[in-house]
Amino acid sequence: MNYTPQELMVAAAARQIQDRELVFVGMRLPMLAFQLAKVTHAPRAVSLFENGLLREASAQAMIYTMGDLPNQIGATWATGLIDVMALLQRGAVEVGFLGGAQIDRFGNLNTTWSNAGERKLRLPGSGGACDIACLAKRVVILMNHEPRRFVERVDYITSPGYGSGGAWRREQGLTGGGPSVLITSKAIFTIDSASKEWVLHSVHPRVSLDEIKQSVGWRLQIAPELRETVPPTSEELSRIRAFDPQGFWTRRAV
Amino acid sequence: MTKVCTLTEAVHTLVRDGDTVVLGTGLEHAIPFAAGHEIIRQRKRNLTLVGPISDILFDQLIGGGCVKKVEAAWIGNVAGGSAYNFRRAVESGAIEMVDHSNLTVALRLQAAAWGVPFLPTRTALGSDLMDNPSLKSMRCPFTNELLVAVAALSPDVAIIHAQRADANGNAYCLGNLGITTQAVGASRRVLLTVEEIVEPEIICERPELVAFSGTCVTAVVKVPFGAHPSPLVGYYHRDDAYFLDYHARSKTPQEFEKWLAEWVSHLPDRAQYLSKIKIEKLRL
Repeated sequence: MNYTPQELMVAAAARQIQDRELVFVGMRLPMLAFQLAKVTHAPRAVSLFENGLLREASAQAMIYTMGDLPNQIGATWATGLIDVMALLQRGAVEVGFLGGAQIDRFGNLNTTWSNAGERKLRLPGSGGACDIACLAKRVVILMNHEPRRFVERVDYITSPGYGSGGAWRREQGLTGGGPSVLITSKAIFTIDSASKEWVLHSVHPRVSLDEIKQSVGWRLQIAPELRETVPPTSEELSRIRAFDPQGFWTRRAV
Repeated sequence: MTKVCTLTEAVHTLVRDGDTVVLGTGLEHAIPFAAGHEIIRQRKRNLTLVGPISDILFDQLIGGGCVKKVEAAWIGNVAGGSAYNFRRAVESGAIEMVDHSNLTVALRLQAAAWGVPFLPTRTALGSDLMDNPSLKSMRCPFTNELLVAVAALSPDVAIIHAQRADANGNAYCLGNLGITTQAVGASRRVLLTVEEIVEPEIICERPELVAFSGTCVTAVVKVPFGAHPSPLVGYYHRDDAYFLDYHARSKTPQEFEKWLAEWVSHLPDRAQYLSKIKIEKLRL
């Protein structure tokens, strides 16, 4: 069955959610991943949104933003931002999802400023991303795989990963666990437990190892037993397509 | 003295040139677009906008020439991506940007609402958001842990859209609240727009639904569909096509000027605006 890179990313992201976990979801592909996890292996996972919503049931219609009525109707709790952030700050949130314009070797994310040659480009900013990166027990990052996005050191740390590596997070006083998995449109990376830099874990079908190596701006560590990413199953694909019927998030050119 | 007045009167009296204004406190929900457009029509200038995330309203106020500074966590078009007026203004240095996370914006207002000079948090440690002058690292006086102190902020005005209130401003806010109660508590003046103004007895039937007391509210204005194109729980859906159309039509300053003339500056009031929209498709 044919699928798009985004559909594979949604399926891979869904597998990062365990049953009964409290998940800080966010929009776009992670939203679909949460919906997919709910109907497959994690029926009792609970989603949190920084606008103040907590949901146990997944939304019954396509949503563009977390404030949309299909996300409000049937929510378990509608409250304020501080109540939801309190769960995050006291260590109750197992996993948070993030995206980014630029990422580096140690998982630091930039969604604030980027340099395009001489020009500085202004990006939208943190939103709740910095809070999730600082405070969630683990962080899963989804990104479109383009070489300019993978750099040795980000231009601006919007959402801290492991800083300059090693014990940096502890030295900063950060209580959350930091990034655990990076899912791109071409590969999946995990974190080296000592150096805290990315390790190439699997390469998606029809993508070459050389292509991945050349697309990151540093000397990439590769897992000894490098594998091919498990593609989405036909059941996962039909679920994803039901959640995103027009393909707004998963079948547009990126 | 009644607080009930027209939107024109409320914006004229409550929002002054140079003010710090907090709005969009429900994040993507219940954004006070009608009040924001009236600020543009009245050509308010040198405002500082404060909010968590802004789904195009800050971009419209920036493009309308009302803004000198933004203090927020995220400025864009949530379904579309970039907010082009914001990008142009920050990249050219025309406006000042102070970057926050959602939690640090909320805590600035919470501190003021609580009457304390700062509140501590564990977010933002190690990030470049610490360049923000309202964030400072500190040690806990009890445990010696590293924390971030977030300075209190008291805006001049909070602008809130809610479902219903009585004439004194006791308001039901249904759906997610974002930083609404913090913004109301922190601000010197509160401009409340609502779908319906009801008798106090109706509000008193369910006092637990009152998100903030009318004692905090300065003006109450009835503005049906006052949050369009954003959604409002119990009343209407988000107008997704409107946000995507705005995204396409704000890419250049020239295109934006045409959009602004059509949807804001050449319209005398909200009634004319609503006559241009297929509102029945969005109504619950």
